[in-house]
Amino acid sequence: MSELAGNRAQKAARLTLGLLLLGLALAVIAILSLATGARAIPLENVWTALVAFDPNATEHRIIWDLRMPRTVVGLMVGAALGLAGAVLQGATRNPLADPSILGIHAGASLAVVLGVAVLGMTQLSTYAWMAFAGAGAAMLVVYSVASLGREGATPVKLALAGAAITAVLHSIINAILLTSPRTLDEIRFWQVGSLSGRSMDIALQVAPFLAVGMILALGTARLLDGLSMGDDVARALGQRIGLSRGMAGLAAVILAGASTAAAGPIAFVGLTVPHVARAITGPGYRWILPYSMLLAPILLLGADVLGRVIAPPGEVQVGIVTAFLGAPFFIALVRRRKLAAL
Amino acid sequence: MSAVFDTSRIIAVRQSAAMRRRSVLLGLILALLAAFALALYLGDYPVPASGIVQSLLSPLTGLADRSVDFIVLQVRLPRAILAVLSGASFALAGIIFQTLLRNPLASPDIIGIAHGASAAAVFCIIILGWSGLAVSFGAFGGAVLTALAIYFLAWRNGVTAFRVVLIGIGMAAMLAAVISYLFTRARLNEVQQAMAWLVGSLNAARPGDSIVLAGAMLVLIPLMIGLVRALDAMELGDDTARALGAPVELTRLGLMLVAVGFAAFATAAVGPVGFVAFVSGPLARSLLKGAGRGFAQAALVGALVMLVSDLLAQHLLPTVQLPVGVVTGACGALFLLWLLMASGRSGRVN
Repeated sequence: MSELAGNRAQKAARLTLGLLLLGLALAVIAILSLATGARAIPLENVWTALVAFDPNATEHRIIWDLRMPRTVVGLMVGAALGLAGAVLQGATRNPLADPSILGIHAGASLAVVLGVAVLGMTQLSTYAWMAFAGAGAAMLVVYSVASLGREGATPVKLALAGAAITAVLHSIINAILLTSPRTLDEIRFWQVGSLSGRSMDIALQVAPFLAVGMILALGTARLLDGLSMGDDVARALGQRIGLSRGMAGLAAVILAGASTAAAGPIAFVGLTVPHVARAITGPGYRWILPYSMLLAPILLLGADVLGRVIAPPGEVQVGIVTAFLGAPFFIALVRRRKLAAL
Repeated sequence: MSAVFDTSRIIAVRQSAAMRRRSVLLGLILALLAAFALALYLGDYPVPASGIVQSLLSPLTGLADRSVDFIVLQVRLPRAILAVLSGASFALAGIIFQTLLRNPLASPDIIGIAHGASAAAVFCIIILGWSGLAVSFGAFGGAVLTALAIYFLAWRNGVTAFRVVLIGIGMAAMLAAVISYLFTRARLNEVQQAMAWLVGSLNAARPGDSIVLAGAMLVLIPLMIGLVRALDAMELGDDTARALGAPVELTRLGLMLVAVGFAAFATAAVGPVGFVAFVSGPLARSLLKGAGRGFAQAALVGALVMLVSDLLAQHLLPTVQLPVGVVTGACGALFLLWLLMASGRSGRVN
């Protein structure tokens, strides 16, 4: 008995150390993100810009006006996507569940497409509200469709309802894009997912939502552990299945909606980061959630930094780099380790 | 004890399952025939029903009316046939993957095979400047190469369903990024051309497309039936199947290749029309309510969804002809949603 407790304490210590290391790695990448770009800034100048801001120095202005908002948005969006993916996979017990399959991205995209095509929007900050509203509406429809019927929102029904709603929304998006070249031209850059040109206003706009979403998501860890044993076992243990799924869904839609509002629909992060986290921590959402929350911004900011220097003088959008950086790594991981099935 | 071995009850249950299979099959065939007749009848150029029958029989009777024959035999008939064949092919590709990987989300349009075809086609259109048949060849190659890459990357002392699914979505993400990248780098008119191909359309249906696809299906369907027999053992799980002596890997590889063949030929003919592959299997199974695997029913559902979607795409809006791919998503999805709501009682969606 004491040996078991000892093992558990050892594992907790190891995982806590891992979290600290990831936090350190994230800090390093955030500083790199401030230093790199079309104009490389030496690290000591980054430091002076942070501690002693001089409004007349060009490099200081670049850091505070351009790269700081971008880095902050990247950190927030990354953490939100990682958490949202982990929570959705836990709630639906499907390794393929993520914001892009459960209709959240499609809802956000359709709202932005409508905003551009019908209301003539051209500003990123107005896109954000449309995206957020669209994501929320889509998830609401998906969840209510899936929870019709006697046994409520089962994993299979959630996944199917999500995919079905995604298909309907994409049909409408495609119909609009095919008939309105102007909208297609505007949307093709937003649709990729990018951090460039994001101002501090956008960061402040979505920050409260992200904070609420993160607290909610981290609070569902115990519920997700219950759900992972299967609905029947969880119910027998006295857990309220519908309420648990509802809370997880709410957390996920707030997180995914806000991140889409800030950076556009970025598909790959939420899908794969939780699998990587699970490979490190083993089952148990108390660890999977914080690991996902730190790993995802490392991937996202790392990809953004790379995207800025990979094709000078232009940039490659973060959504593209994430997929190219993350997918081979993910495939190698799937091949090497026996990833835990859900 | 006696209740467990009550043979008359077992026979009754089996008979009712067989009844259900047959009645679903019959109902779907009738619906498909009705939709087919409607597809021949509807159009801008009004042809009376008798004229259509006469025109269909004209190769036998020799009674020719050139303008009517052109409309019926050269325009409407090839289009309807291509819709039926491609819909059935997509559906079979989908239900094979969903059964094999034991995940209702694991259809070729989600685990990367459609992405392979699309990325290859967009590359051909935007970078190589190809169009028409050449793009179809490119898409076919893209689908097959992607499927092989997924299979071999997933191979490690055998292939597990879970690994195929995860590696498939990894590939899908990468290929989707290729498409996005090409979209942001190209001129707007090239993007429009690629976009039109990506949605998938029957507007350019020629008799030749149907002949190629029908030939492929004639080869693939018997192969599929042979391999599906072996599936019954695999349904119990890999280890059980291996213990029972079923050649799991060979069957799985063979069936996946057959499914990729269905998906690739259909995509080459009409483009990566969305959602037909995904939706047909779950629809067929919820109609069957657990009575059987539903491959034949799924093929009919796929053909029906495609044909009805094309009818809607042509006639829904008075001025614009939408490409069929715009409607299949909405049409198939609404059907699925209705079933999801209706199936609350039995709870059997897959």
